[in-house]
Amino acid sequence: MGIVIKNSKTDGLRSRPWAATFIIFGGLIALAIGTSLSVSFGAADIKLAVVWEAIFNFNPEVTQHQIIYELRLPRVIGGAVTGACFAVAGAIMQGMTRNPLADSGLLGLNAGAGFMLTLCFAFFPGLPFMYLILYSFMGAGLGTGLVYGIGVMAKGGLTPARLVLSGAAISALLAALSEGIALYFGIGQDLAFWYAGGVAGTKWFQLKVMLPWIAAAMLGALVLSRSITMLSLGEDVAKGLGLRTAWVKLLGALLVLILAGAAVSVVGAVGFIGLIIPHMTRFLVGVDYRWIIPCSAVLGSLLVMFADLASRMINPPFETPLGAFIALIGVPFFLYLSRKERRELH
Amino acid sequence: MQIVSKPAAERRRRQRGITVMAIVGLLIIVTFVISMNTGFIRLAPSDVIETFFGMGTEKQSLILFEFRLPRIVISILIGAGLAVTGCVLQGISRNALADPGILGINAGAGLMVLLFVSYFPLTAAAPLFLLPVLALTGSGLTAALIYVLTYKRHYGISPTRLLMTGIAIGAGIHAATIVLTLKLNPDKYQFVANWMAGSIWGANWKFVLALLPWIAVLLPYIFFKARILNVLSLGDQLASGLGAAVEKERLKLLASSVGLAGACVAVSGSIGFVGLIGPHLARRLVGPQHQLLLPTAALTGSLLVIAADTIGRSILQPSEIPTGVVVAVIGAPYFLYLLVKSRL
Repeated sequence: MGIVIKNSKTDGLRSRPWAATFIIFGGLIALAIGTSLSVSFGAADIKLAVVWEAIFNFNPEVTQHQIIYELRLPRVIGGAVTGACFAVAGAIMQGMTRNPLADSGLLGLNAGAGFMLTLCFAFFPGLPFMYLILYSFMGAGLGTGLVYGIGVMAKGGLTPARLVLSGAAISALLAALSEGIALYFGIGQDLAFWYAGGVAGTKWFQLKVMLPWIAAAMLGALVLSRSITMLSLGEDVAKGLGLRTAWVKLLGALLVLILAGAAVSVVGAVGFIGLIIPHMTRFLVGVDYRWIIPCSAVLGSLLVMFADLASRMINPPFETPLGAFIALIGVPFFLYLSRKERRELH
Repeated sequence: MQIVSKPAAERRRRQRGITVMAIVGLLIIVTFVISMNTGFIRLAPSDVIETFFGMGTEKQSLILFEFRLPRIVISILIGAGLAVTGCVLQGISRNALADPGILGINAGAGLMVLLFVSYFPLTAAAPLFLLPVLALTGSGLTAALIYVLTYKRHYGISPTRLLMTGIAIGAGIHAATIVLTLKLNPDKYQFVANWMAGSIWGANWKFVLALLPWIAVLLPYIFFKARILNVLSLGDQLASGLGAAVEKERLKLLASSVGLAGACVAVSGSIGFVGLIGPHLARRLVGPQHQLLLPTAALTGSLLVIAADTIGRSILQPSEIPTGVVVAVIGAPYFLYLLVKSRL
C-alpha cells in the first residue's frame, strides 16, 4: 500500500534517461552550430567557409584567420566552458542543500571574488593573471564560507530564505568595501568591466590555466553525482542508504568552489546561470543527478554561448554586458520560482 | 487588577521612551559638535562655538556654515528619513529584516538618478531640485513592482516573499546600473561611483532645501499614522477585525515611506542598512509601540549616519570613506547577527 502511494507521488519526478540522452546529443549539435555562428558573427563578419579553413587549415598570414584564432575562438570556448561551470556548480549546490534558490551569485561567491580582485587591483596592480585567478578563488571561498557560516550558526539551520538573506547581506558588505577601496584608488571603472561580466576578453592563456582544473572538477562532479542524488532526498535518507554525508558535502563544496571560482575569474560576476539551468534540467530530465549534471553542463554552455551571441547582436558594434543580459532572463525566473515555492518560502 | 496596572505600565513606558529619546538626542548633539571639529581643517570646540555666534574668522565661518553644517544637517535628515522608512516597511510587512536597501528601493532610485546623470550635464541648476523627484519616481516604480509581484490573492503579502522579490528586483536593477555605468565618461563615472557608494555629496544648503520639504511633510504624516502601524503589525486578519482598512492604509503608508526613502537616496546615494539598524536599536530601547518607536528610530538613524559620516571623514584623512561604506561595515554584521537570531 505504502509503495503504491509512493509510486503515484514520484511518478512525475522519475528520471528520464531518454530525454537526458536527447539533451546531451542535441545540445552538442546545437553547441557546434552556436560555435560556428558565434565565430563568424561579430564586428567583422566572416564567412563560414573561412571559419572552416581557419580551424583546419590555419594560415597566420590571413587577418581573418587571426581574428578567429586569437579572439573569437577563445571567446566562444570561454563562454561555453564557464556556462557549464556555473550551471554544474548551481546544480551541485541545489542538490546538496536541497535549496531551490542556491546560486553562486546569490551566495556571496561572486562578491567575494570581486572583493579580492579589488584588493589585487588596488594594492598589486599588474599582478600576473595566474595570481589573479588564485586570489579570485580565495575570495570566492571567503564569500561562500561567510554565507554558509552564518547559515550554520543560525538555530533553524540553513533554510532557503536565510541562505538568500545572508548572501544578500554578505554581498552588500563585500560590495561596499570593494566600492570604498575602488573609489579610494580610482580603479572603479577598470573593475566595472569585471562586474558587468563578459567573455570578450578571454585569452587562450586563461583557458589553458583553467581547463585542467575545470576538467578535473567536472569529472569529480560526475563521480559524485550518485551521492548528490541521495543527498537531495534528504540527509536522513542519505545516511540511511549508507552515505557518508559529511564527506560528500565537503567534496561537493570543494567542487562548487573550483567550478564557480574558475568561471568567475574568467568571465566576471555573472549570476543566475546556476539558478536557471539546474531548474530547467530537473524539469526536463527528472531527479537523478547522474543525468542532471551532464545535462546542466550542456545547457549552461548553450545559454552562455547564445546569450553572448545575442549581447553582440542587440546593439552592434557595442556589446551589452553578458552579466546584465543573463540577469534580464534570470530575474523573472527567480521571481517565478520564489512564487512557486510556496511551501518552502512561506 | 489589570485595568489598574495597565495605565501605569503605559506611563512608565512613555517615560522610558522620553528618557531614551533625550539621551539619543544628547548623543546626536555631542556627535554634532565632534563632527563640526573634524575634517581636513581641525577646529577647536571653542572656535566652533565662537563661530556659531558670529565671532569667528571669515575662513572659519566659511568652513562651518558652507561646508560642514549643511552636510551634518543632511546626515541628520537622511538618517531620520531612512530609519523611519525601514520602521514602516518592517511594520507593514511584519518582517524584522525589511529595509529600503535590501528591498531594492534604493537601487530603483539610483537607477533613475543614473539615467538622468548619463543624459544631462550635471552643472545645470535645475537638476538639484529635480533629483529628489526623479529618485522618487524610481523608488516608487520599484516599490510598486515589488508590491504587485509579491501580492497574492488570498495570501496577501508574505513577508519572506517580499524580501525575496525585493532582492531579485534589486539584482536586476543592479545589472542595468552596471550597463549604464560602463558607458559613462570618467568624470561622470567618478560622480556616480561616489553616489552609489553612499557619499553625502550634496553638501550645500540647496540640497538641504531640496530634501527638507519631503522630510517635513512625510515624517509628521507617518508619525500621525503610528496607531495604524501598531494595528497593521498585528497581521492582516486581526487588523481588519479591529476595523482598519488594511489594504488602503498599507498602500498609504507604503507610498509615504517610499517617498521618504526616494528623497533621501537622491541626496545621499544608496546608504544601506540604516533602515534596518535604526528601527532595531529603537525597538530594543523603547519596545514595539510605534508612537514611541518611530521618533526613536528617527533619532537612532540620525545618530548612526552622523557618526558614520564623521568616522568616514576622519579615519583616512585627507581623503574620505563614503558614509555608505562605513554604515555597511557597521550594519552588515548587525544584520547577520539578527539573521542568526531570527526564525525564518
